[in-house]
Order: sequence, then C-alpha cells, then structure tokens
Amino acid sequence: MKSIILSSATRLLMPLMLLFSLFAFFRGHNEPGGGFIGGLIAASAFSLYAVAEGVEQARRVLRIDPRTLLGIGLLVGLISGLPSVFKSKAFMTGVWMEQTIPGLGKAGTPLLFDLGVFLVVVGFVLTVVFSLAES
Amino acid sequence: MTLQAFALYGVMSMLAFALLLVMIRLIKGPTLPDRVVALDIISVLGIGFVATYCVGTGRSAYLDVGIVLGLLVFLGTVAFARYLERRV
Repeated sequence: MKSIILSSATRLLMPLMLLFSLFAFFRGHNEPGGGFIGGLIAASAFSLYAVAEGVEQARRVLRIDPRTLLGIGLLVGLISGLPSVFKSKAFMTGVWMEQTIPGLGKAGTPLLFDLGVFLVVVGFVLTVVFSLAES
Repeated sequence: MTLQAFALYGVMSMLAFALLLVMIRLIKGPTLPDRVVALDIISVLGIGFVATYCVGTGRSAYLDVGIVLGLLVFLGTVAFARYLERRV
C-alpha cells in the first residue's frame, strides 16, 4: 500500500518540518513558539514518515524508543532546575550565562527546560501515534 | 475607505463565501471522500484568513500559524486517505 507520491513528498517535507520545529523551539521565550509547539511539529514530521513508510521504518529513523525519549526529557527538565539551587536561589529560578552566544543570544536554564519539554512532547506523541498505528 | 481596507474586506468576504459553499458540501456531501476534501479546503481557507489578517493588522506573528497549518493539514488529509483506503 506504499504510495510513491507520498514518500517523495515526505522526503521533501520532513526536513522542512524538522527545521521549522527547531526554529519554533529557539524563538520560544519572547515570541510565539517554544518547546511544546516545536515538539508537536517534530512529532508530526515523524508521524508523517510513519504514515508514508510504515511504523517499523519510522522507529528505525528515530533510533531511540519514544518512551526512552520521554524519560530523557523529564530528566533534562529536572536538571534545568538544579543550577539555581547551587547559586542559593529557589529551585527552578532562571540562571543565565554571562556571555552571549553569537546568533543565538543568551542561553540559560529556561532553554534547557524547553529542551526537556520538547523531548517529552516528541516522546509522548510518538508513543501514542506508533502504538495506535501498530494496533 | 482606503483601497487597502477595501481590498481586505473584499478578500475576507470572498473567503467567507467560499467557506459557506464548502460547508454546504461538508454537510450534504454524498460520500465520505467528499467530506474529507471539504475539510481540507476549510483548512486551506483558514490559512487564507490568517494571511489576510496578517496583512490587515501588520502583525507577522500570525503568519507562523499559517505555516504550521500548511505543514500539518497535509498530514491530516493523508491520514484520512489512508483510513479510507484501508476501509474499502
């Protein structure tokens, strides 16, 4: 039941969606975007691949099991709260770098927390989509 | 009324009229594929509304909604098509 049109379109669309998810992720803090919507777009890129090429192939492209991704995301979110504790502030207070990274701006723990949200959303949505498609 | 406001209201009313026609097809639509195509057109019209609103207000933040819709609507229609193919 594989469609040539769909798999060629996926080959074009999937990198575009992943790029746009990174764009939405990095723009998050001050403008619309952020980890949640970025994660949703990335997850929909992978689920498009799953529709076009089959779930097994999509799992192979993702490389990590989506449930593991979920756990890693929660761990990253927890770690992002720790640096403020060592600076004797309340847990999860935003801590920012002294110098700016060219092209990105100042990075800080909110970026790390957003990365955690991104991974959790990707893991959760792909777990649901893959197990629904397999059943 | 300036020319731009005239054009904006014209475009908005045309899109609304198109939405009305598509709604008729969605409700009447004799078969399921007709309804799926109608849903697809509704979301394309939504992109049109968002883009027109962007031009009207000059706020570019809404354009991202259009981009996301454009990327994801395709996925929804494909999933519907797969479901229809499997059902037959």
